[in-house]
Amino acid sequence: MPLRATTRVTLGLVLLALVCLALGDFEISAHDPWQSLGQLFLGLIQPDFTRVDSLGEALLRTVAFAFVGVGVGALAGMALALCFHRWWVRTFCAFIRAIHELFWALIFLQSFGLHPITGVLAIAIPYAGIFVKVYAEILDETDPLPGQVLPRGAGRLSALVYARVSQAWPHLVSYTAYRLECGLRSSAVLGFVGMPTIGYHLMAAFAQGHYPTVGALLLLFYLLIGTLRWWVRPKILPLYLVVAPFLLGTGLPIMWSNVTRFFTEDIVPAPLRRGEGFEALWEWFTRLFLDQALPGIWNTLLLTQIALVATGALALALFPLISRHFTGRAGGVAGHVMLVVMRSTPEYMLAFILLQLWGPSMLPAAVALALHNGGIIAHLVGRRSNEITLRQDAPHGVNRYAFEMVPRLYGPFLALLFYRWEIILRETAILGILGIATLGFYVDSAIQEIRFDRAMVLILITALINIGVDVLARRLRGYLRLRHGIDRQQC
Amino acid sequence: MTRFTLTDAEAYYGATRVLGPLSLSVGEGEHIALIGKSGAGKSTLLSLMYDRWREQPVALMPQALGLVDTLSVFHNVYMGRLDRHRWWRNLVTLAKPWRRDINEITALLEDVGIAEKRWTPCGELSGGQRQRVAAARVLYQQGELLLADEPVSALDGPQASAVMAKLTQGYPRTVLAMHDLELALAFCTRVVGLQGGAVVLDAPSKTLTSAALQDLY
Repeated sequence: MPLRATTRVTLGLVLLALVCLALGDFEISAHDPWQSLGQLFLGLIQPDFTRVDSLGEALLRTVAFAFVGVGVGALAGMALALCFHRWWVRTFCAFIRAIHELFWALIFLQSFGLHPITGVLAIAIPYAGIFVKVYAEILDETDPLPGQVLPRGAGRLSALVYARVSQAWPHLVSYTAYRLECGLRSSAVLGFVGMPTIGYHLMAAFAQGHYPTVGALLLLFYLLIGTLRWWVRPKILPLYLVVAPFLLGTGLPIMWSNVTRFFTEDIVPAPLRRGEGFEALWEWFTRLFLDQALPGIWNTLLLTQIALVATGALALALFPLISRHFTGRAGGVAGHVMLVVMRSTPEYMLAFILLQLWGPSMLPAAVALALHNGGIIAHLVGRRSNEITLRQDAPHGVNRYAFEMVPRLYGPFLALLFYRWEIILRETAILGILGIATLGFYVDSAIQEIRFDRAMVLILITALINIGVDVLARRLRGYLRLRHGIDRQQC
Repeated sequence: MTRFTLTDAEAYYGATRVLGPLSLSVGEGEHIALIGKSGAGKSTLLSLMYDRWREQPVALMPQALGLVDTLSVFHNVYMGRLDRHRWWRNLVTLAKPWRRDINEITALLEDVGIAEKRWTPCGELSGGQRQRVAAARVLYQQGELLLADEPVSALDGPQASAVMAKLTQGYPRTVLAMHDLELALAFCTRVVGLQGGAVVLDAPSKTLTSAALQDLY
């Protein structure tokens, strides 16, 4: 029996992941990992809502940063989407979205300091890059006929708004609302680098070993995201956007001399700053590349491949939880709740928690990536499976899974997995900040040593690898002829 | 008279010629019915005309209508005159239309019998209602020539006649692709029959009967 292209690619990826697994470090180094895990669960069951000094403020700031960041990103994205046909706009956007929010935050922390603008820009810039691409795609998909029958001489803006934006409006709104949910997660995670959002308080609670407080923070976060559709309404959204900028807090004042120095001196490679010529620069770069970038890239790719396969396996195992072909009503609701919790927890937060429990190695990172991304893909594949109508005498149980469902869903599943490839890579790089030796680790170390020039080069390398994987994934999708409508689940 | 003239026009689909070469001119006061089997080249001829005469005030009502489903009936009709207003006025109209525009468009919608639906999104209308909205749009647009592809195909007897009357009164020249021969003869002054992309009949309506036209099918 000849192997089909999808099978060959799958086997190749699994084999690659197994090789990576043998090469990576996957030990649990904590003394008693299960005891801390038990404490955490106990904390979730018996949360303590009193111990957080300013729980309400943490929530408020998380929401405010998300709204302002996503709002600014959406506005900039809409404006740029109108010139997406120009190559330099496309390249520019691919570049700014290849750099993770946390890297942007690290960059701006060094220049603007702990000022609210750091958090806002950290969300707004990468989000704008994604908004531009998706908005342009959505506008492209509208029916061109209304535009063609318009009277000649209708102004460009009028024609655009009436014939295209009006058609695309429901899609634009639903995508932006979806990104708002992502923004809440990004905003929460920005706390880990010092912004006054939930992540900051979570880190503090962990540091003090207050598991009931950790439980309370996590539960509140799930509540915030789970109830999003009730408190974010199109009618009151403008009000939120107007109020949010005033709720960001004051932070610390911006030192403008710092800003200038950062952009004109600190990020200039050291040999150039000292005027040592291009030969010294080349040596500086090769050493940086061989000593830091290369090991970072190696570990990042290693972890990405393992996380990718683990994500896929988990998604294939979990999608029946919400598929009407396998579960009844009660089971379906329970499955939904489980998947919502999995995909609502940012990888970074999960990895942070697991790292506290199991000690530093690639294991917490791989598990965190697989849980979050697996939850998302399982949700999308499960939803897709509900669109399938089976014949009345279709088999049940494992036979139904293996013969009726998976063969029909495997194409869309692979497409979704490849869409997430780039995202998993982005996250893998960033998890280095937690101490796993991926690219983020070297970026963070360089920043701690106040060598911003090195940090910038490493961030640029990370961005280039992201773009490379994106191109590779698109080629693979083309080769396998995978097309899937839901390609916009970006976070 | 020379403004709306085609001379030896041709249209290709890939390398195959699907229309022409044909010459045709549309004079003032002429209402031409294009008839012929499906695939004879009626729609191709209409889009060719729209393309050739783009510099002049020509309105198009394609078979797929080109309505925006998410916008209300009022706004879809208003789109016929987007070129007459400044951009900011068009944007404001999306949120709050001017009273004058509402009155004018409501009157037009009354003529085609759907004034009560003026604030309904077009996506919620039936096929016949949508066709009347598109007719109202080209009536609102005005111009020297109307090109319409099966403008009344989804309407029943009296409604079809009423809309045909409005369209032929609203424009000094019309070219309408028709499949209802009775209607074509009743409202058009001239009949052009197409077969395999070529003109096989071009005669005043007065000289024709619908029975004679059956030969084209």
